Amino acid sequence: MASLITCPHCGTRPKEEFSIRGAALKRPDPAASEKDWHAYVYLRENPKGRYQEYWHHAAGCRRWLIVERDNVTHDVFAVSDAAAVRGASE
Amino acid sequence: MRYSAYSIIKQALSGNRLWKPAWREPEPKPHYDVIIVGGGGHGLATAYYLAKEFGITNIAVLEKGYIGSGNVGRNTTIIRSNYLLEGNIPFYEFSLKLWEGLEQDFNYNAMVSQRGVMMLAHSDGQRDAYARRGNAMRMHGVDAELLDRKQLQALMPYLNYDHARFPILAGLLQKRGGTVRHDAVAWGYARGADMRGVDIIQHCEVNAIRRDEQGRVTGVETNKGFIGCNKLALATAGHSSETARMAGLELPIETHVLQAFVSEGIKPAVDHVIVYGAGHFYISQSDKGGLVFGADIDYYSSYAQRGNLQTVEHTMEEGVSLIPGLSRAKVLRAWGGVMDMSMDGSPIIDRTPIDNLYLNAGWCYGGFKATPASGFCFAHLIAKNESHHVSRYLRLDRFERGHMIDEAGKGPQPNIH
Repeated sequence: MASLITCPHCGTRPKEEFSIRGAALKRPDPAASEKDWHAYVYLRENPKGRYQEYWHHAAGCRRWLIVERDNVTHDVFAVSDAAAVRGASE
Repeated sequence: MRYSAYSIIKQALSGNRLWKPAWREPEPKPHYDVIIVGGGGHGLATAYYLAKEFGITNIAVLEKGYIGSGNVGRNTTIIRSNYLLEGNIPFYEFSLKLWEGLEQDFNYNAMVSQRGVMMLAHSDGQRDAYARRGNAMRMHGVDAELLDRKQLQALMPYLNYDHARFPILAGLLQKRGGTVRHDAVAWGYARGADMRGVDIIQHCEVNAIRRDEQGRVTGVETNKGFIGCNKLALATAGHSSETARMAGLELPIETHVLQAFVSEGIKPAVDHVIVYGAGHFYISQSDKGGLVFGADIDYYSSYAQRGNLQTVEHTMEEGVSLIPGLSRAKVLRAWGGVMDMSMDGSPIIDRTPIDNLYLNAGWCYGGFKATPASGFCFAHLIAKNESHHVSRYLRLDRFERGHMIDEAGKGPQPNIH
Protein backbone atom coordinates (compact mmCIF):
# COMPACT_ATOMS: atom_id res chain seq x y z
CA MET A 1 0.00 0.00 0.00
CA ALA A 2 1.00 3.49 -0.54
CA SER A 3 2.63 4.61 2.70
CA LEU A 4 1.38 8.15 2.21
CA ILE A 5 -2.17 9.40 2.58
CA THR A 6 -3.16 12.82 1.30
CA CYS A 7 -5.37 14.35 3.98
CA PRO A 8 -7.66 17.08 2.58
CA HIS A 9 -6.76 19.27 5.58
CA CYS A 10 -3.10 18.44 6.32
CA GLY A 11 -1.68 17.42 2.96
CA THR A 12 0.38 14.31 2.28
CA ARG A 13 1.15 12.53 5.55
CA PRO A 14 2.66 9.15 6.57
CA LYS A 15 0.14 6.36 7.04
CA GLU A 16 1.27 5.89 10.66
CA GLU A 17 -0.62 9.08 11.61
CA PHE A 18 -3.99 7.48 10.85
CA SER A 19 -6.11 4.93 12.64
CA ILE A 20 -8.60 2.83 10.72
CA ARG A 21 -12.22 2.34 11.73
CA GLY A 22 -13.47 0.11 8.91
CA ALA A 23 -16.08 0.06 6.16
CA ALA A 24 -17.57 3.51 5.44
CA LEU A 25 -21.19 2.42 5.60
CA LYS A 26 -24.16 4.72 5.66
CA ARG A 27 -25.76 4.70 9.11
CA PRO A 28 -29.43 3.61 9.02
CA ASP A 29 -32.21 5.82 10.27
CA PRO A 30 -32.73 5.39 14.06
CA ALA A 31 -36.20 4.01 13.32
CA ALA A 32 -34.91 1.54 10.74
CA SER A 33 -35.82 -2.13 11.14
CA GLU A 34 -33.78 -4.59 13.20
CA LYS A 35 -32.82 -6.28 9.96
CA ASP A 36 -31.30 -3.04 8.62
CA TRP A 37 -29.41 -2.38 11.85
CA HIS A 38 -28.12 -5.96 11.94
CA ALA A 39 -26.86 -5.55 8.39
CA TYR A 40 -25.20 -2.23 9.25
CA VAL A 41 -23.49 -3.46 12.41
CA TYR A 42 -22.54 -7.00 11.42
CA LEU A 43 -22.69 -7.72 7.69
CA ARG A 44 -20.04 -6.60 5.24
CA GLU A 45 -20.05 -6.64 1.48
CA ASN A 46 -16.27 -7.12 1.75
CA PRO A 47 -15.56 -6.77 -1.98
CA LYS A 48 -12.24 -7.68 -3.51
CA GLY A 49 -11.19 -4.43 -5.18
CA ARG A 50 -12.45 -0.89 -4.63
CA TYR A 51 -13.39 -0.16 -1.03
CA GLN A 52 -14.28 2.86 1.11
CA GLU A 53 -13.10 2.99 4.72
CA TYR A 54 -13.37 5.46 7.58
CA TRP A 55 -9.89 6.57 8.61
CA HIS A 56 -9.24 8.93 11.51
CA HIS A 57 -6.35 11.36 11.23
CA ALA A 58 -5.46 10.69 14.85
CA ALA A 59 -2.03 12.35 14.82
CA GLY A 60 -3.08 15.25 12.59
CA CYS A 61 -6.29 17.24 12.21
CA ARG A 62 -8.30 14.54 14.08
CA ARG A 63 -10.95 14.64 11.36
CA TRP A 64 -12.79 11.54 10.16
CA LEU A 65 -11.93 10.83 6.55
CA ILE A 66 -13.25 8.50 3.87
CA VAL A 67 -10.36 6.77 2.11
CA GLU A 68 -11.23 5.08 -1.15
CA ARG A 69 -8.67 2.52 -2.26
CA ASP A 70 -8.15 -0.83 -3.91
CA ASN A 71 -7.67 -3.61 -1.37
CA VAL A 72 -5.76 -5.83 -3.82
CA THR A 73 -3.32 -3.38 -5.41
CA HIS A 74 -3.39 -1.06 -2.36
CA ASP A 75 -3.73 2.01 -4.62
CA VAL A 76 -5.36 5.00 -2.95
CA PHE A 77 -7.86 6.78 -5.22
CA ALA A 78 -9.39 9.49 -3.06
CA VAL A 79 -9.37 10.89 0.47
CA SER A 80 -12.21 13.13 1.54
CA ASP A 81 -13.55 14.65 4.75
CA ALA A 82 -16.34 12.36 5.99
CA ALA A 83 -18.53 15.17 7.32
CA ALA A 84 -18.23 17.10 4.06
CA VAL A 85 -19.41 14.04 2.11
CA ARG A 86 -21.93 12.55 4.49
CA GLY A 87 -22.99 15.45 6.69
CA ALA A 88 -21.98 15.97 10.30
CA SER A 89 -24.51 13.52 11.73
CA GLU A 90 -22.99 10.40 10.13
CA MET B 1 1.42 -47.43 0.65
CA ARG B 2 1.64 -47.18 4.42
CA TYR B 3 4.65 -45.22 5.65
CA SER B 4 6.74 -47.00 8.29
CA ALA B 5 10.34 -47.69 9.28
CA TYR B 6 10.06 -50.82 7.14
CA SER B 7 8.92 -48.84 4.08
CA ILE B 8 11.84 -46.42 4.48
CA ILE B 9 14.38 -49.28 4.66
CA LYS B 10 12.78 -51.05 1.71
CA GLN B 11 12.86 -47.85 -0.37
CA ALA B 12 16.43 -47.12 0.66
CA LEU B 13 17.55 -50.59 -0.48
CA SER B 14 15.90 -50.06 -3.85
CA GLY B 15 17.48 -46.64 -4.36
CA ASN B 16 14.30 -44.72 -3.47
CA ARG B 17 12.92 -45.42 -6.95
CA LEU B 18 9.65 -47.00 -5.84
CA TRP B 19 8.07 -44.08 -3.96
CA LYS B 20 4.68 -43.21 -5.40
CA PRO B 21 3.01 -39.77 -5.42
CA ALA B 22 1.16 -39.19 -2.14
CA TRP B 23 -2.09 -38.40 -3.97
CA ARG B 24 -3.57 -38.78 -7.46
CA GLU B 25 -4.34 -35.98 -9.89
CA PRO B 26 -7.76 -37.03 -11.17
CA GLU B 27 -10.02 -35.31 -13.68
CA PRO B 28 -13.31 -34.22 -12.10
CA LYS B 29 -16.29 -36.59 -12.36
CA PRO B 30 -19.61 -35.05 -13.48
CA HIS B 31 -21.19 -35.42 -10.02
CA TYR B 32 -20.18 -35.91 -6.38
CA ASP B 33 -22.06 -36.43 -3.13
CA VAL B 34 -20.05 -33.61 -1.58
CA ILE B 35 -17.93 -30.90 -3.16
CA ILE B 36 -15.59 -29.01 -0.85
CA VAL B 37 -14.36 -25.68 -2.20
CA GLY B 38 -10.89 -24.91 -0.90
CA GLY B 39 -7.92 -27.30 -0.69
CA GLY B 40 -6.38 -25.73 2.37
CA GLY B 41 -5.98 -27.34 5.77
CA HIS B 42 -9.65 -27.09 6.69
CA GLY B 43 -11.01 -28.30 3.34
CA LEU B 44 -8.64 -31.27 3.19
CA ALA B 45 -9.29 -32.16 6.84
CA THR B 46 -13.03 -32.04 6.15
CA ALA B 47 -12.65 -34.44 3.23
CA TYR B 48 -10.42 -36.73 5.32
CA TYR B 49 -12.85 -36.97 8.24
CA LEU B 50 -15.90 -37.29 5.97
CA ALA B 51 -14.25 -40.31 4.36
CA LYS B 52 -12.71 -41.81 7.48
CA GLU B 53 -15.28 -41.09 10.21
CA PHE B 54 -18.57 -40.53 8.41
CA GLY B 55 -18.39 -42.99 5.50
CA ILE B 56 -18.83 -40.49 2.67
CA THR B 57 -16.14 -41.03 0.04
CA ASN B 58 -17.66 -39.69 -3.19
CA ILE B 59 -16.09 -36.29 -2.56
CA ALA B 60 -14.18 -33.71 -4.57
CA VAL B 61 -11.95 -31.04 -3.08
CA LEU B 62 -11.63 -28.16 -5.56
CA GLU B 63 -8.58 -25.94 -5.16
CA LYS B 64 -7.95 -22.80 -7.21
CA GLY B 65 -4.15 -23.05 -6.87
CA TYR B 66 -2.23 -26.04 -5.55
CA ILE B 67 -3.14 -27.60 -2.21
CA GLY B 68 -1.62 -25.89 0.78
CA SER B 69 -0.77 -22.74 -1.20
CA GLY B 70 -2.92 -20.54 1.01
CA ASN B 71 -3.10 -19.95 4.72
CA VAL B 72 -2.19 -23.47 5.85
CA GLY B 73 1.33 -22.69 4.63
CA ARG B 74 1.34 -19.03 5.69
CA ASN B 75 0.74 -19.18 9.45
CA THR B 76 3.16 -19.29 12.38
CA THR B 77 2.33 -23.00 13.04
CA ILE B 78 1.12 -22.58 16.63
CA ILE B 79 -1.32 -24.99 18.28
CA ARG B 80 -2.96 -24.34 21.66
CA SER B 81 -6.32 -24.42 23.43
CA ASN B 82 -5.86 -21.66 26.03
CA TYR B 83 -9.21 -19.96 25.47
CA LEU B 84 -11.56 -18.37 27.96
CA LEU B 85 -15.13 -18.72 26.72
CA GLU B 86 -17.56 -21.59 26.81
CA GLY B 87 -18.09 -21.53 23.03
CA ASN B 88 -14.36 -21.81 22.37
CA ILE B 89 -12.58 -23.94 25.00
CA PRO B 90 -14.18 -27.34 24.25
CA PHE B 91 -13.77 -26.79 20.51
CA TYR B 92 -10.08 -25.89 20.64
CA GLU B 93 -9.39 -28.59 23.22
CA PHE B 94 -10.99 -31.14 20.89
CA SER B 95 -8.65 -29.83 18.22
CA LEU B 96 -5.59 -30.17 20.47
CA LYS B 97 -6.58 -33.75 21.30
CA LEU B 98 -6.85 -34.52 17.59
CA TRP B 99 -3.40 -32.95 17.04
CA GLU B 100 -2.00 -35.25 19.74
CA GLY B 101 -3.08 -38.35 17.84
CA LEU B 102 -2.92 -36.96 14.32
CA GLU B 103 0.32 -38.44 13.04
CA GLN B 104 -0.65 -41.97 14.04
CA ASP B 105 -4.15 -41.37 12.71
CA PHE B 106 -3.19 -40.24 9.20
CA ASN B 107 0.19 -42.01 9.05
CA TYR B 108 2.20 -38.92 8.17
CA ASN B 109 4.93 -37.06 10.02
CA ALA B 110 3.54 -33.61 10.82
CA MET B 111 6.25 -32.90 13.44
CA VAL B 112 3.73 -32.14 16.17
CA SER B 113 5.87 -30.62 18.92
CA GLN B 114 4.22 -29.96 22.30
CA ARG B 115 6.85 -27.52 23.49
CA GLY B 116 4.49 -25.38 25.55
CA VAL B 117 2.77 -22.07 24.89
CA MET B 118 3.54 -19.26 27.34
CA MET B 119 1.41 -16.12 27.57
CA LEU B 120 3.22 -13.38 29.50
CA ALA B 121 1.58 -10.94 31.93
CA HIS B 122 2.97 -7.43 32.44
CA SER B 123 0.67 -5.95 35.07
CA ASP B 124 -1.24 -7.12 38.14
CA GLY B 125 -4.51 -6.84 36.24
CA GLN B 126 -3.22 -8.96 33.41
CA ARG B 127 -1.92 -11.59 35.84
CA ASP B 128 -5.39 -11.75 37.41
CA ALA B 129 -6.96 -12.08 33.96
CA TYR B 130 -4.61 -14.97 33.14
CA ALA B 131 -5.39 -16.64 36.45
CA ARG B 132 -9.06 -16.43 35.52
CA ARG B 133 -8.36 -17.82 32.06
CA GLY B 134 -6.27 -20.65 33.52
CA ASN B 135 -9.08 -21.50 35.93
CA ALA B 136 -11.63 -21.51 33.09
CA MET B 137 -9.38 -23.87 31.16
CA ARG B 138 -8.86 -26.21 34.10
CA MET B 139 -12.59 -26.35 34.75
CA HIS B 140 -12.89 -27.69 31.20
CA GLY B 141 -10.17 -30.26 31.84
CA VAL B 142 -7.51 -28.33 29.91
CA ASP B 143 -3.98 -28.03 31.31
CA ALA B 144 -2.87 -24.58 32.53
CA GLU B 145 -0.21 -23.40 34.97
CA LEU B 146 0.37 -19.90 36.27
CA LEU B 147 4.11 -19.29 36.66
CA ASP B 148 5.74 -16.51 38.65
CA ARG B 149 8.72 -14.43 37.59
CA LYS B 150 11.31 -16.71 39.16
CA GLN B 151 9.95 -19.79 37.44
CA LEU B 152 9.87 -17.89 34.15
CA GLN B 153 13.45 -16.71 34.55
CA ALA B 154 14.59 -20.32 34.94
CA LEU B 155 12.69 -21.38 31.79
CA MET B 156 13.44 -18.43 29.51
CA PRO B 157 16.30 -16.30 30.87
CA TYR B 158 16.68 -14.20 27.70
CA LEU B 159 13.48 -12.15 28.13
CA ASN B 160 13.48 -8.49 29.14
CA TYR B 161 12.11 -8.96 32.68
CA ASP B 162 12.86 -5.45 33.94
CA HIS B 163 11.41 -3.46 31.07
CA ALA B 164 10.60 -0.01 32.52
CA ARG B 165 7.05 0.10 31.17
CA PHE B 166 6.17 -3.57 30.66
CA PRO B 167 8.02 -5.71 33.23
CA ILE B 168 7.27 -9.43 33.07
CA LEU B 169 5.35 -10.46 36.19
CA ALA B 170 3.91 -13.87 35.41
CA GLY B 171 3.09 -16.32 32.65
CA LEU B 172 0.25 -18.68 31.84
CA LEU B 173 1.72 -21.89 30.47
CA GLN B 174 -0.10 -24.53 28.49
CA LYS B 175 2.45 -27.32 28.25
CA ARG B 176 0.45 -29.30 25.71
CA GLY B 177 0.49 -26.40 23.24
CA GLY B 178 3.25 -26.11 20.69
CA THR B 179 3.93 -26.11 16.96
CA VAL B 180 3.30 -28.35 13.96
CA ARG B 181 4.94 -28.44 10.55
CA HIS B 182 2.10 -26.78 8.66
CA ASP B 183 2.74 -28.00 5.08
CA ALA B 184 2.79 -31.58 6.30
CA VAL B 185 -0.70 -31.07 7.74
CA ALA B 186 -2.08 -30.27 4.29
CA TRP B 187 -0.12 -33.12 2.70
CA GLY B 188 -1.04 -35.66 5.37
CA TYR B 189 -4.75 -34.90 5.17
CA ALA B 190 -4.58 -34.85 1.35
CA ARG B 191 -2.91 -38.25 1.25
CA GLY B 192 -5.30 -39.71 3.82
CA ALA B 193 -8.33 -38.40 1.93
CA ASP B 194 -6.99 -39.54 -1.46
CA MET B 195 -6.33 -43.06 -0.12
CA ARG B 196 -10.00 -43.26 0.82
CA GLY B 197 -11.19 -42.25 -2.64
CA VAL B 198 -11.51 -38.47 -2.39
CA ASP B 199 -10.69 -36.62 -5.64
CA ILE B 200 -8.37 -33.69 -4.98
CA ILE B 201 -8.64 -31.43 -8.02
CA GLN B 202 -6.02 -28.71 -8.14
CA HIS B 203 -6.01 -25.63 -10.35
CA CYS B 204 -9.79 -25.83 -10.46
CA GLU B 205 -11.36 -22.45 -9.76
CA VAL B 206 -15.04 -22.15 -8.88
CA ASN B 207 -16.60 -19.24 -10.80
CA ALA B 208 -20.27 -19.66 -9.93
CA ILE B 209 -22.65 -21.69 -7.80
CA ARG B 210 -25.60 -23.21 -9.70
CA ARG B 211 -28.98 -23.42 -7.99
CA ASP B 212 -32.34 -24.88 -9.09
CA GLU B 213 -35.77 -23.17 -9.12
CA GLN B 214 -36.26 -23.91 -5.42
CA GLY B 215 -32.96 -22.18 -4.69
CA ARG B 216 -31.13 -25.39 -3.76
CA VAL B 217 -27.48 -25.70 -4.70
CA THR B 218 -26.93 -28.29 -7.45
CA GLY B 219 -23.29 -27.77 -8.37
CA VAL B 220 -20.54 -25.38 -9.34
CA GLU B 221 -19.27 -23.84 -12.56
CA THR B 222 -15.50 -24.13 -12.74
CA ASN B 223 -12.69 -23.59 -15.22
CA LYS B 224 -12.91 -27.36 -15.76
CA GLY B 225 -16.64 -27.18 -16.54
CA PHE B 226 -19.78 -27.79 -14.49
CA ILE B 227 -19.50 -30.24 -11.58
CA GLY B 228 -22.69 -31.35 -9.86
CA CYS B 229 -23.10 -32.18 -6.18
CA ASN B 230 -25.65 -33.06 -3.53
CA LYS B 231 -23.95 -30.88 -0.93
CA LEU B 232 -21.59 -27.96 -1.36
CA ALA B 233 -19.18 -27.04 1.43
CA LEU B 234 -17.23 -23.79 1.40
CA ALA B 235 -13.87 -23.78 3.23
CA THR B 236 -12.26 -20.74 1.66
CA ALA B 237 -11.25 -18.60 4.63
CA GLY B 238 -9.62 -15.39 3.44
CA HIS B 239 -12.00 -15.34 0.48
CA SER B 240 -15.21 -16.52 2.18
CA SER B 241 -17.12 -13.37 1.27
CA GLU B 242 -16.19 -13.88 -2.37
CA THR B 243 -17.36 -17.50 -2.52
CA ALA B 244 -20.49 -16.86 -0.41
CA ARG B 245 -21.40 -13.99 -2.71
CA MET B 246 -21.72 -16.52 -5.55
CA ALA B 247 -24.72 -17.88 -3.64
CA GLY B 248 -26.04 -14.40 -2.82
CA LEU B 249 -24.95 -14.48 0.84
CA GLU B 250 -23.42 -11.55 2.72
CA LEU B 251 -21.24 -12.60 5.68
CA PRO B 252 -20.26 -10.98 9.01
CA ILE B 253 -16.66 -10.96 7.77
CA GLU B 254 -14.07 -8.50 6.50
CA THR B 255 -10.81 -9.59 4.89
CA HIS B 256 -7.48 -8.40 6.30
CA VAL B 257 -3.82 -9.17 5.73
CA LEU B 258 -1.62 -10.67 8.47
CA GLN B 259 2.14 -10.74 8.07
CA ALA B 260 4.61 -13.28 9.42
CA PHE B 261 8.40 -13.37 9.56
CA VAL B 262 11.26 -15.83 9.90
CA SER B 263 14.84 -15.07 10.84
CA GLU B 264 18.03 -16.72 9.65
CA GLY B 265 18.67 -20.08 11.31
CA ILE B 266 20.37 -19.84 14.71
CA LYS B 267 21.28 -22.39 17.37
CA PRO B 268 18.45 -23.57 19.63
CA ALA B 269 17.48 -20.60 21.80
CA VAL B 270 13.70 -20.30 22.11
CA ASP B 271 12.32 -23.55 23.51
CA HIS B 272 8.65 -22.55 23.75
CA VAL B 273 6.02 -20.55 21.95
CA ILE B 274 6.05 -17.18 23.70
CA VAL B 275 3.25 -14.64 23.50
CA TYR B 276 4.02 -11.07 24.53
CA GLY B 277 1.16 -9.73 26.64
CA ALA B 278 2.03 -6.05 26.26
CA GLY B 279 1.45 -6.09 22.55
CA HIS B 280 0.45 -8.89 20.29
CA PHE B 281 3.75 -10.51 19.41
CA TYR B 282 4.35 -14.25 19.32
CA ILE B 283 7.52 -16.20 18.60
CA SER B 284 8.82 -19.74 18.38
CA GLN B 285 11.85 -21.40 16.84
CA SER B 286 11.45 -23.84 13.99
CA ASP B 287 13.34 -27.11 13.87
CA LYS B 288 15.51 -25.59 11.13
CA GLY B 289 16.56 -22.90 13.62
CA GLY B 290 14.69 -19.91 12.21
CA LEU B 291 12.81 -17.72 14.65
CA VAL B 292 9.19 -17.61 13.44
CA PHE B 293 7.22 -14.61 14.62
CA GLY B 294 4.34 -12.27 13.92
CA ALA B 295 2.09 -9.66 15.48
CA ASP B 296 -1.09 -7.81 14.51
CA ILE B 297 -2.90 -7.52 11.20
CA ASP B 298 -2.39 -4.37 9.13
CA TYR B 299 -5.84 -2.94 10.18
CA TYR B 300 -7.02 -1.93 6.69
CA SER B 301 -9.11 -4.26 4.54
CA SER B 302 -6.87 -6.18 2.16
CA TYR B 303 -6.97 -9.18 -0.15
CA ALA B 304 -3.27 -8.79 -1.01
CA GLN B 305 -0.92 -11.45 0.35
CA ARG B 306 1.55 -8.75 1.32
CA GLY B 307 1.51 -6.02 3.96
CA ASN B 308 2.84 -2.63 4.86
CA LEU B 309 6.19 -1.61 6.35
CA GLN B 310 4.48 0.09 9.26
CA THR B 311 3.40 -3.31 10.61
CA VAL B 312 6.85 -4.76 9.94
CA GLU B 313 8.39 -2.00 12.04
CA HIS B 314 5.79 -2.44 14.80
CA THR B 315 6.42 -6.20 14.92
CA MET B 316 10.20 -5.77 15.15
CA GLU B 317 9.85 -3.16 17.90
CA GLU B 318 7.64 -5.46 19.94
CA GLY B 319 10.02 -8.37 19.43
CA VAL B 320 13.09 -6.43 20.51
CA SER B 321 11.19 -5.00 23.47
CA LEU B 322 10.48 -8.55 24.67
CA ILE B 323 13.74 -10.23 23.59
CA PRO B 324 16.54 -7.63 23.27
CA GLY B 325 18.84 -10.22 21.67
CA LEU B 326 16.46 -10.42 18.72
CA SER B 327 17.97 -7.18 17.42
CA ARG B 328 21.03 -9.20 16.37
CA ALA B 329 19.10 -11.69 14.21
CA LYS B 330 18.51 -10.98 10.54
CA VAL B 331 15.05 -11.41 9.07
CA LEU B 332 15.23 -13.89 6.24
CA ARG B 333 11.70 -13.87 4.88
CA ALA B 334 8.38 -12.10 5.41
CA TRP B 335 5.02 -12.88 3.89
CA GLY B 336 1.32 -12.14 4.22
CA GLY B 337 -1.85 -14.18 4.32
CA VAL B 338 -5.42 -12.94 4.01
CA MET B 339 -7.77 -13.55 6.91
CA ASP B 340 -11.52 -13.78 7.32
CA MET B 341 -11.86 -11.35 10.24
CA SER B 342 -15.26 -12.05 11.77
CA MET B 343 -17.35 -9.63 13.80
CA ASP B 344 -16.64 -11.26 17.16
CA GLY B 345 -13.25 -12.85 16.50
CA SER B 346 -14.69 -16.36 16.43
CA PRO B 347 -15.28 -18.69 13.48
CA ILE B 348 -18.39 -20.05 11.77
CA ILE B 349 -19.13 -23.72 11.09
CA ASP B 350 -22.77 -23.87 10.09
CA ARG B 351 -25.44 -24.56 7.53
CA THR B 352 -26.57 -21.53 5.56
CA PRO B 353 -30.07 -20.32 4.75
CA ILE B 354 -29.53 -21.93 1.32
CA ASP B 355 -30.30 -25.63 1.01
CA ASN B 356 -27.29 -27.90 0.41
CA LEU B 357 -24.81 -25.10 1.17
CA TYR B 358 -22.50 -25.41 4.19
CA LEU B 359 -20.10 -22.79 5.47
CA ASN B 360 -16.74 -22.96 7.24
CA ALA B 361 -15.39 -19.42 7.59
CA GLY B 362 -14.35 -16.53 9.81
CA TRP B 363 -11.17 -18.03 11.26
CA CYS B 364 -9.56 -14.64 11.88
CA TYR B 365 -5.91 -15.46 12.52
CA GLY B 366 -6.52 -18.55 14.60
CA GLY B 367 -7.40 -21.04 11.91
CA PHE B 368 -4.33 -23.23 11.85
CA LYS B 369 -4.62 -24.61 15.38
CA ALA B 370 -8.27 -25.39 14.67
CA THR B 371 -7.60 -27.41 11.51
CA PRO B 372 -8.36 -30.93 12.84
CA ALA B 373 -11.45 -29.95 14.86
CA SER B 374 -12.69 -27.68 12.09
CA GLY B 375 -12.43 -30.54 9.59
CA PHE B 376 -14.02 -33.04 11.99
CA CYS B 377 -16.91 -30.79 13.02
CA PHE B 378 -17.56 -29.58 9.47
CA ALA B 379 -17.61 -33.19 8.27
CA HIS B 380 -20.04 -34.02 11.10
CA LEU B 381 -22.29 -31.15 10.04
CA ILE B 382 -22.23 -32.10 6.35
CA ALA B 383 -22.82 -35.80 7.01
CA LYS B 384 -25.50 -35.50 9.70
CA ASN B 385 -26.98 -32.06 9.03
CA GLU B 386 -26.47 -31.12 12.67
CA SER B 387 -23.64 -29.44 14.57
CA HIS B 388 -21.03 -31.46 16.43
CA HIS B 389 -21.51 -30.70 20.13
CA VAL B 390 -18.20 -28.80 20.46
CA SER B 391 -18.94 -26.53 17.49
CA ARG B 392 -22.57 -25.86 18.32
CA TYR B 393 -21.88 -22.25 19.31
CA LEU B 394 -20.15 -21.41 16.04
CA ARG B 395 -23.36 -20.45 14.29
CA LEU B 396 -23.77 -18.08 11.36
CA ASP B 397 -26.86 -16.43 12.88
CA ARG B 398 -25.35 -15.81 16.33
CA PHE B 399 -24.96 -12.07 15.63
CA GLU B 400 -28.65 -11.73 14.89
CA ARG B 401 -29.54 -13.68 18.02
CA GLY B 402 -27.10 -11.78 20.24
CA HIS B 403 -24.92 -14.79 21.08
CA MET B 404 -21.53 -13.45 20.08
CA ILE B 405 -18.37 -15.30 21.16
CA ASP B 406 -16.18 -12.27 21.72
CA GLU B 407 -13.09 -13.69 23.44
CA ALA B 408 -11.42 -10.27 23.69
CA GLY B 409 -14.58 -8.23 24.40
CA LYS B 410 -13.92 -5.84 21.54
CA GLY B 411 -17.29 -5.51 19.87
CA PRO B 412 -18.28 -5.70 16.21
CA GLN B 413 -15.11 -4.28 14.69
CA PRO B 414 -13.32 -6.92 12.65
CA ASN B 415 -9.91 -5.21 12.41
CA ILE B 416 -9.27 -5.24 16.17
CA HIS B 417 -10.12 -8.87 16.93
